[in-house]
Amino acid sequence: MTTTAVNPDLLGTLLTRLTGDEKHAPSAYSTLDVLWVLYDRVLRVSPDTVDDPDRDRFLLSKGHGPAGYYAVLAAKGFIPVDWLDDLGGPESPLGHHPDRVLIPGVEIGTGSLGHGLGLGVGTALGLRAQGLDARTFVLLGDAELDEGSNHEAIAYAAAARLDKLTAIVIDNQSSTHGWPGGIASRFPGWTASTVDGRDHEAIEIALRQRDRDRPHVVVAAVEKKG
Amino acid sequence: MRETFVATTTALLEEDPRTAVVLADISGDAFAPAQRRHPDRVINVGIREQLMAGVAGGLALTGLRPYVHSYAPFVIDRAYEQIKLDLGHQDVGAVLVSIGASYDASSEGYTHQSPGDVALLDTLEGWTVHVPGHPNEVPALLRAAARNDDRIYVRLSSQQNSRAYAATDKLQVVRQGWAGAPVVLAVGPMLDPVLAATADLDVTVAYTLTPRPLDTRGLRELVSREVVVVEPYLAGTSSRLVAAALSDVPHRGLHLGVGRAEQRRYGTPADHARWHGLDATGLRASISAFLRAGS
Repeated sequence: MTTTAVNPDLLGTLLTRLTGDEKHAPSAYSTLDVLWVLYDRVLRVSPDTVDDPDRDRFLLSKGHGPAGYYAVLAAKGFIPVDWLDDLGGPESPLGHHPDRVLIPGVEIGTGSLGHGLGLGVGTALGLRAQGLDARTFVLLGDAELDEGSNHEAIAYAAAARLDKLTAIVIDNQSSTHGWPGGIASRFPGWTASTVDGRDHEAIEIALRQRDRDRPHVVVAAVEKKG
Repeated sequence: MRETFVATTTALLEEDPRTAVVLADISGDAFAPAQRRHPDRVINVGIREQLMAGVAGGLALTGLRPYVHSYAPFVIDRAYEQIKLDLGHQDVGAVLVSIGASYDASSEGYTHQSPGDVALLDTLEGWTVHVPGHPNEVPALLRAAARNDDRIYVRLSSQQNSRAYAATDKLQVVRQGWAGAPVVLAVGPMLDPVLAATADLDVTVAYTLTPRPLDTRGLRELVSREVVVVEPYLAGTSSRLVAAALSDVPHRGLHLGVGRAEQRRYGTPADHARWHGLDATGLRASISAFLRAGS
């Protein structure tokens, strides 16, 4: 895999094509840095291996605001760049929430919050049952954790010792009632890293971390949602 | 039927490495031997029905064939959005196998009853629904389900007929009336009560254990004018499909099944059948009145 430096110009150009908004720098997107580090440095998946049973899985549970996701998929060659020009159009494969049936490389269709982690637990169980070594990453938002379904998945993933499952929580402090004690404490039985969600080196180290028999959560803190 | 389900699925785990079972504690003890043999493919998530459906979707995304099991109100009613999104929207399948039906758990109360399960699945695309009327019909349904990736619901019940019929998705004529006789279609365990209720009536009695997709062609060929559908779940659940099947012929229809009104009474399943007019006496009264009104 080639590891490239972040190319803010490229992603900025792609994001502008998606949104028509030239004012916002890539840093305006809370998930963008984590997504870039995942696809550029961590995930063992490429446009040629999107159907490989042994590929790493990335599940975007937080289907909201997928512009950063689409920009990274286009930058890495999973989807044609010109798809970005028609977000949400009647013939466009790209909606305001992603649909796995329409987009190569997208593992799950999401939008309704609180579905990705359960699907991720099932994916990790399915890979383990078939003796496959692939890892499963699930990206959530701190407000998404409000959904109780996540807590079913969090508790069971620890009990099932899903060591190849990693949850990533983008924390932009958008949960209405917050998480007193910190988000990592809501993942009992998991290992946890809390990092600056803009620091690529720190994100990479946290994503590469894994325990021998526990799932891992990476809390990536970014600016508070305005 | 639950024992037959456990035995058949345990055998499938042995024979087919794609088979997985997902439980939420219900029937956990019955699957314990299978879980010891196949700890990675017999998955008990605890009392977490949303997760049960999500896990099934994830397993299916990796190519496994999940059999998902609980009481009907927990596997269908409670996890409806997971069924809609974690299976249907992901374009993957699973085999949901319920027990309890509409009022098997009569003395447990309404919390353990799901008269609306088939109606709920009718809001979604692509579900096959099996409602077996006898334990011996169950193994073939479960084995056939292992050979595809469809979305399949198997509604098991402690109510059953005295004999088994072929596990086909077609209507089967059980008793032939005169040419042009009214048709009474019984779904699953409603067949025996229907046969008893119509023993001396000049009607054709047909049976199906696969109401979805409904064999509309078979129904169209059978019905001349009157059709009565007797379902062991919400009354009228199939009326839309029957109306569509007969849209090009003048016909009269009667749809019998479980009423919407909550009984707030306990008792036995036979008591509930009587209260809903689904015992032989109640069915006979409804069907006779319907036939008289048309003559």
